[in-house]
Amino acid sequence: MLTAARAATLGGPEWLRERRAKAAEELAVMPRPSEKEEVWRYTPIDELELDAYEPLRGGSREDLGTLGSELVKGVVSDLPAYAALATVLDGSLVSVDRAALPPTVRVGGLEGDAILGQVLDGGDALVRANDAFLPDAVVVDVPAGVAFDAPVVIVHWCTAGGTPSTASFPRTVVRLGRGSSAQVVEVVAGPAGAGRGLVVPVTELSAGDGSQLSYAAVQVLGTEVWHIARVAAVAGRDATLRTFSMGLGAAYDRSRTDALAEGSGSTTELRSAYLGTGSQVHDIRTLQDHAAAHTTSDLLCKGAVAGTSRSVYSGLIRVRRGAVRTNAFQTNHNLVLADGAHADSVPNLDIEENDVRCSHASTVGPVDEDQRYYLESRGIPPARAERLIVLGFFDDIVQRCPVPVLVPRLRREVELRLVRALELRSGAHGDAGQEADDDG
Amino acid sequence: MSRLEVQGLHASVGTREVVRGVDLDVASGEVHVVMGPNGSGKSTLAHALMGRPGTTVTAGSIRIDGTELVGLPSWRRARAGLFLALQQPIEVPGVLLGATMEEALAGTGGAGRGDPGGPDGTGTDGPGTDGPGTDGTGTDGVGRGGVAERLAEEAAAIGFDERFLRRPLNVDLSGGERKRNEVVQLCVIRPKFAVLDEIDSGLDVDAVRAVSRRIERATSEWGLGVVAVTHFYRLLRELRADKVHVLVDGRIVSSGGPELAEELERTGYGLYGAADAAGIGADST
Repeated sequence: MLTAARAATLGGPEWLRERRAKAAEELAVMPRPSEKEEVWRYTPIDELELDAYEPLRGGSREDLGTLGSELVKGVVSDLPAYAALATVLDGSLVSVDRAALPPTVRVGGLEGDAILGQVLDGGDALVRANDAFLPDAVVVDVPAGVAFDAPVVIVHWCTAGGTPSTASFPRTVVRLGRGSSAQVVEVVAGPAGAGRGLVVPVTELSAGDGSQLSYAAVQVLGTEVWHIARVAAVAGRDATLRTFSMGLGAAYDRSRTDALAEGSGSTTELRSAYLGTGSQVHDIRTLQDHAAAHTTSDLLCKGAVAGTSRSVYSGLIRVRRGAVRTNAFQTNHNLVLADGAHADSVPNLDIEENDVRCSHASTVGPVDEDQRYYLESRGIPPARAERLIVLGFFDDIVQRCPVPVLVPRLRREVELRLVRALELRSGAHGDAGQEADDDG
Repeated sequence: MSRLEVQGLHASVGTREVVRGVDLDVASGEVHVVMGPNGSGKSTLAHALMGRPGTTVTAGSIRIDGTELVGLPSWRRARAGLFLALQQPIEVPGVLLGATMEEALAGTGGAGRGDPGGPDGTGTDGPGTDGPGTDGTGTDGVGRGGVAERLAEEAAAIGFDERFLRRPLNVDLSGGERKRNEVVQLCVIRPKFAVLDEIDSGLDVDAVRAVSRRIERATSEWGLGVVAVTHFYRLLRELRADKVHVLVDGRIVSSGGPELAEELERTGYGLYGAADAAGIGADST
């Protein structure tokens, strides 16, 4: 149960225990999320019995088990190189491999209270639950002026699952000092068939003045898990902050990214991708928040729904008073690959300043008839033409991942799931023979 | 020797009949140019041949070497040897030209769809009869190298920037580059017959010339038969035509040799009762 008493059983330094206790008390009296609220509209959140979950407290390297260790190896084997690899079990840091990390960069667990909650303080019941039950946090702290190319990779192995339903609360804090540059990857994964667990990651990103932070999160949890993730990001003066999220697993997958352009001249770039198969629900929320002059934000979210899956994209561009000369763009494209699938797109603008340039565009629909005809006119059978078009649709967003070494891995993850989804469908339509004809 | 035979073709878009009885008989290596004013049904004819969804053939037949294409989906028509160079080639984000050509050639033995090994074989229309073509180094068909090499070779032949070969299909290409892209694909796929829908629009004079030379070379290289539909006479200044047909109001009202086009340039389509009787030499593109 997510109670204050349970939170009190988690260890750690005094300040952390106090922080958890305070959050647990607040959580106890906070309203639970409801589909009646705009931020939870189109989601199945009313089905969530948040208080029934048993919080997981992480563990040691031994507790990670063979499966988790293999997953971590699998993720890493795909990367040409990493600067550091942090392995996390249900929110508690198991190991850090400093392969090629500059000596002044810290990748580790919590040390002192100065860094936690600096970007995201408060928040809804789920963020509060993370505050109350986080066993530890992964901290990536890059001092001013330090730049390195290979990514810091954080692999979260989340064992949240069924009877009794358990919940993981991973927490990550990334802080870049003035003029520094780094790439950070978070992979959120767990055992297949774990049942209906709950995974609630919270990530705080802070890009100091003139720094360049590239961040990518990839979610490949089991298909019954609920994943409700929150990324809070802030960009300082002339900083460039790039985020990317890809949701592939989970029954309900929510990815909310709030990016604040706090310093003048800062740029935020948000990229999101999702692929829905089976009866998944993908829920992508973004906030491009402009609080300073001469700031730029650009969002691109692309995804597809197959089977009976659903998706919702809801994004807001907010230009606060004083944020003159803001440029903000928001684009969302959704492919609907089956009659039983559905996508909602809700772009929003909230502009309190005059001298700004903002635009938003969204599309929802099946594979374009003209594109299909064009490829078929080259002699490509319909099923293969569709596969090309849909893979191309995803390639277009995957290529924009701000951590380029991740791209081949992402492409394979998408292709694997997509090919399966499209085959399922063509089987259901009884025209699977097309491919055989093609090879004849 | 292959044959594209179109007989009594009627085609509708929605409820409107646009092609109202067209006959064509095109043999391998021949170039037929179908000229007509705006709205005469040229593009609908092209799409009816290729089988575009939404363009319905209501009567008539389209055969390649006796195989009926009416009723077949577009990809089957393509596999039977037909190609359409679109008037407005479609952008397909994220789908690379190379991957598309790999898929297009999958299952054809990689040789394209030209039929060098057919009854007339390479003996009559293989390399050697077309003079000092750039393809003189290899034989037709199998052994011509991979798709990437063929794309590069064809791009060079018509001045299509090689950088564009690595782009997603038609994304960020100008109108003229898209037309060149169609010709590059045509020459990699090597169909028996190609329908060229306004291939000259968007191209400058030099480009029209380069594309025309390449297509003419294809007619001897692998016996490509061509149906080029166009509004403008200028294509005929560059592309050697064996036959010229005048399409007005969905019907072919006159057929003849290249001299017919010259006559048309002088008189316009008005002679045939077309509403759009403006001089056809004028180029608005």
